[in-house]
Amino acid sequence: MTLELFIFYLFAVITLSSAVGVVTARNPVYAALFLILAFFTSAATWVLLEAEFLGVVLVLVYVGAVMVLFLFVIMMLDIKIDTLKEGMVRYLPLGLVVAVTVVAEMIFVMKSSTFDRAIPEPTPLSTNNTKALGEILYTEYMYPFEIAAVILVVAIIAAISLTLRRREGVKKQNQSEQVKTKKSDRLRVVKMGSEQRTEKRMEERVEQQTGDRT
Amino acid sequence: METLTTFLNSFLPEGLSAFIVIMLKIVAILLPLILAVAYTTFAERKVIGYMQSRMGPNRVGPKGWLQPIADTVKLMFKEIITPTKASKIVFFIAPMLALAPALAVWSVIPFWDGGVLANVNAGLLLILAVNSLDVFGIILAGWASNSKYAILSSLRVGAQVVSYEIAMGFALVGVLMVSGSLNLTEIVQAQGGGLFGWNVFPLCGLFVVFFISGVAETNRAPFDVAEGESEIVAGFHVEYSGMAFALFFLAEYASMILISTLTALLFFGGWLSPFGHLVADIPVLSFILGDGFHWLLLKTMFFLFCYLWFRATFPRYRYDQIMRLGWKILIPVTLVWIFGIGIAIAYGWQPWL
Repeated sequence: MTLELFIFYLFAVITLSSAVGVVTARNPVYAALFLILAFFTSAATWVLLEAEFLGVVLVLVYVGAVMVLFLFVIMMLDIKIDTLKEGMVRYLPLGLVVAVTVVAEMIFVMKSSTFDRAIPEPTPLSTNNTKALGEILYTEYMYPFEIAAVILVVAIIAAISLTLRRREGVKKQNQSEQVKTKKSDRLRVVKMGSEQRTEKRMEERVEQQTGDRT
Repeated sequence: METLTTFLNSFLPEGLSAFIVIMLKIVAILLPLILAVAYTTFAERKVIGYMQSRMGPNRVGPKGWLQPIADTVKLMFKEIITPTKASKIVFFIAPMLALAPALAVWSVIPFWDGGVLANVNAGLLLILAVNSLDVFGIILAGWASNSKYAILSSLRVGAQVVSYEIAMGFALVGVLMVSGSLNLTEIVQAQGGGLFGWNVFPLCGLFVVFFISGVAETNRAPFDVAEGESEIVAGFHVEYSGMAFALFFLAEYASMILISTLTALLFFGGWLSPFGHLVADIPVLSFILGDGFHWLLLKTMFFLFCYLWFRATFPRYRYDQIMRLGWKILIPVTLVWIFGIGIAIAYGWQPWL
């Protein structure tokens, strides 16, 4: 067994067992952690296939950003593990139907002419991976790429507008106003002459002090 | 290095000797790094001390120089306590998860021309990706501690780091547009030709954005909401003690040094000398003033000093203002700047080349 093959099997075993962990772990946070491990090891497999750009982007996007937000949400939810386990029998038939459908679909796809053929010999790239991807993305697949970008922007705006709520009667801080405040808006320097003590007040004070003593 | 490889090859199988050589290289990078981390903590206390008209630590060893070693020994012998009902495994994995990425990134950092452990061609992306894993250590530490203060802190950090990563990524896009490569050695080589070849001149806005988001990514003052003492005790590491606690600090300082080194490499010409070819022919001066590791060290140390300077100067940001700065100021600045560079490249105006 070559070193490369050994590393491949190592990562494959970790990926598969962590994928099993995702669905079997009782605690949702552990499930999310297994998912992170699965992403990370599949990124490593991609790097083994000399697709280092895709591998790194998988880590950057899914592990570094998406899963952080995922963990975030899961950690803030009040999850009771025993209520999660309820309804196993009730949902089992539906779950089985879905599972069988997915497996059947995958078998059909894998047996179709697109995938079921001899593995082509890898053609060594003349330039590096990232450059090759960029060139093809911005020339041949320009329009699909741009359309995907537009769809993403629409999705971002939709997500923001769904969560944006303006409520009446809420005290809110206006940050840009706060940042723009100058010293002259908040502070007024007043010139005052020094205090003139009158005779009467001095007498009052002396009386108070003697009164305290007795 | 070649002689060592051939020597090892003479009595070991080829794979094993390559493995040993790589391990030696890793040790050669990590040992000085950890020593640098230890003395950065010392420098921090001294520098901030003098900025506040104090002496800083001066009891252990001559002028306090053994202070970091005393600290390490103390932390090593302290008991590690796990809170009740804490998730034990995650509790102990979290500090390792914080430290491992902070050290792993150094594998692609070039120290001088050719002085790099792994010269991968997507180095910049790799750094961004591995650096983004840092946040898991903090988030999981907060969750596993089973403490409200800790989880509040980790939620804050999570949102902050994810927000500033975007600005940082965009700043790096500008760098790779100008140098036309993702490989760090090539990025530095593209900045040749002395002081005015450095990326900081065409990309000064991106440099500012990069450094600010670098400070925010490492959770240092003025963005250190992870450990607001007044509101959430000490933050995500409230429940940690001893060496587990020390690992978080090791990670934080290692990433501080990393951000400083990256700033030097990407914007200030890395190991390249500001004098360019002017001093190449002078016999003795060319060794000191010419290109070399010492320039990278000097630049890195300057940015590390900036970190300490910021900490002594600025008050902590309020959380909503951190978010405003990241999303409403830094990201638009980078977008406009990238657009400008794009136009400049498309029309061939490249005054920096």
